[in-house]
Amino acid sequence: MNPQWSSVPDPSPSPKLVIDASGIEKSFGDGSSRIHVLKNVNFQAYIGEIMMLVGPSGCGKTTLLSAIAGTMGVDGGDIIVFDNELGKMSGAALTRFRAKNIGFIFQQFNLIPTLTVAENVSVPLLIQGLAGGKALKRSREALEKVGLGQRWKERPNKLSGGEQQRVAIARALVHDPPLVICDEPTAALDAKNGEIVLDLFSQVARSPGRAVIIVTHDNRIFSYADRISHMDDGEIVEVTKQSRTTPPHFEHEHTIALTP
Amino acid sequence: MFSLALKMLFGDTAKYLMLVAGLFFATFLIVQQASVFCGLMRWTTATLKNVAAPIYVVEEQVEQVNETNPMRDTDVARVRSVSAVRWAMPLYSGIQRVRLADGSFKTVQLVGIDAASLAGAPQRMVEGNLKDLRLPNTVVIDELAIERLSVDFKDPAKRIKIGDSFEINDIEARVVGICQAMRSFTGGPYIWTTYERALQYTPPQRKMLSAVIAAPGKGMTMDQAAAAIEKETGLRAYVNRDFGKNERDVTTGKTTRYGDFNTATVWWYVKNTGIPISFGTTVVIGFIVGVAIACQTFYAFVLDNLKHLGALKAMGMSNFRLSLMLIFQAFTVGIIGFGLGLLASAAFAMGALKNGQPPLYMPWQIPVAAFAVIQVICMLAALMGIIRLSLYEPAMVFRA
Ligand SMILES: Nc1ncnc2c1ncn2[C@@H]1O[C@H](COP(=O)(O)OP(=O)(O)O)[C@@H](O)[C@H]1O
Ligand SMILES: [Mg+2]
Repeated sequence: MNPQWSSVPDPSPSPKLVIDASGIEKSFGDGSSRIHVLKNVNFQAYIGEIMMLVGPSGCGKTTLLSAIAGTMGVDGGDIIVFDNELGKMSGAALTRFRAKNIGFIFQQFNLIPTLTVAENVSVPLLIQGLAGGKALKRSREALEKVGLGQRWKERPNKLSGGEQQRVAIARALVHDPPLVICDEPTAALDAKNGEIVLDLFSQVARSPGRAVIIVTHDNRIFSYADRISHMDDGEIVEVTKQSRTTPPHFEHEHTIALTP
Repeated sequence: MFSLALKMLFGDTAKYLMLVAGLFFATFLIVQQASVFCGLMRWTTATLKNVAAPIYVVEEQVEQVNETNPMRDTDVARVRSVSAVRWAMPLYSGIQRVRLADGSFKTVQLVGIDAASLAGAPQRMVEGNLKDLRLPNTVVIDELAIERLSVDFKDPAKRIKIGDSFEINDIEARVVGICQAMRSFTGGPYIWTTYERALQYTPPQRKMLSAVIAAPGKGMTMDQAAAAIEKETGLRAYVNRDFGKNERDVTTGKTTRYGDFNTATVWWYVKNTGIPISFGTTVVIGFIVGVAIACQTFYAFVLDNLKHLGALKAMGMSNFRLSLMLIFQAFTVGIIGFGLGLLASAAFAMGALKNGQPPLYMPWQIPVAAFAVIQVICMLAALMGIIRLSLYEPAMVFRA
């Protein structure tokens, strides 16, 4: 065989750290009602991986995710996402940053009921300034990938919960963002649908050029993660690696960062 | 982006219809009431439209055309003697009662004009000959008079026509012509006769002359002639801006605007009657109804969609573009509500024009101003939504 074809290049000698949050502090409220939600949190994610953030309800997962997504400011610490230091960006710059770099999946799907499925999916493209016709075409392609190509014309409320979340997946991926964040994507679904959706999601979202962060307390879907950050009472207490589902392009060894 | 905004708007049928209905009512109230007001104000100047003369010379205290402070008969000659005046003729104008064949009385606006020149005669005759006014006991009536002075208007055979007679203060008046005229403020028809006969029709008084109508001399503007008349006679001279151009003074290059009797009359009614207040109140109510319904409904619409708008914000839509979307939505319902309101006003106007009642006059300024008012309402509504949305943190979208 021609050595040219047999020589496989080193897939990923040292995976790139694309999210690096360190010493994050966040409190809500004032005076006696003040609650300290994030306590000196350090959180890292690498390109190509699916990172899960798990922990009991109220421990601060959503708050941390909001900070990383640039939708909420923090009281202390640095958050660097794709070489951007979020704390130093203006509101307008953060908005542009989100539009370009982040795909969102919400617990309640948040599809706009008066738009068709395809129109919903096209929203991130429209935000980026793509023309309506082109955006719709790409949206239908994205819908094909989640198995809903035939139903692009329907309204979201005609779809089951699982199907709606698949539409949301198509919307999160349609503009091919390098970071996808999901907050409790299976919480509004029953166990079976939750697994179907996560199975599909882990297939279509996983990409060498993308980091995926999933917040969940649904332990049935933990198996889809490459790594899991365990959070409790505002702190990351442990980061575990799951080699079982680690794809070939994600071969790296690194020290697990533990918060002190 | 804008189509997205429209789909969100039209998708919420109930609120969309509510918004359009509110703006529709506001438009209709504002346009219709303002038009009736303008129509009414126009009626106050009906004599100035019907008696076509460039200059009205009246007693010094007179402020508007429906007010008649009698002048001396010699005042005609005094005005005539002003060199800036080409001609000056007497005018009688007053409200009189007509007795019909069946014994009933009707109020009319009697106009007496100079028999020789017929200055101030009706401008558009429909039937008959104006010159027949020089025959004894003759009058020219307007079309409204047919309706008012016929014993039975519904029966075409019994309608008043040329050759028929009625009485004004027991003196016979034979109809020799029918003309078109604008309806008077008091609602009565116009009846033309000669000046001398008008005095016979009128219960005798010491002074009978209502006004002297006049025209500027050659090379003179109305304004200049009016100024000269005032200076030389001490009487009050108004110009009738509808008849005669406001020519530029070649010597000074300036146009001095002399008191227009139309404007003076309308202002007199605006200042001295409750009419503007009652109509103004309705217009203000229209505005308030519009603001209340539109702002409240639009705000509810924004609140309903806050979750979705917040998701758009999280997904990277700027506040600016979200604001544009809200403005566009408000603007759209404004256009639709205004359009329908204007259509309804037009339908109302058709009816009014057909019946001659109520007075209606819609200069282009009314729809333009109403459109501006409606859009102000819509922008207010949009602004409330924009403020609410700007307070919405994109991070809230994660908290269902
Ligand atoms: N905007 C806020 N104002 C006040 N308290 C908040 C706010 N957001 C979150 N919290 C509080 O912070 C804590 C962590 O919330 P959250 O990050 O949503 O937890 P999780 O997603 O892990 O369930 C909770 O006690 C919650 O009540
Ligand atoms: Mg949460």
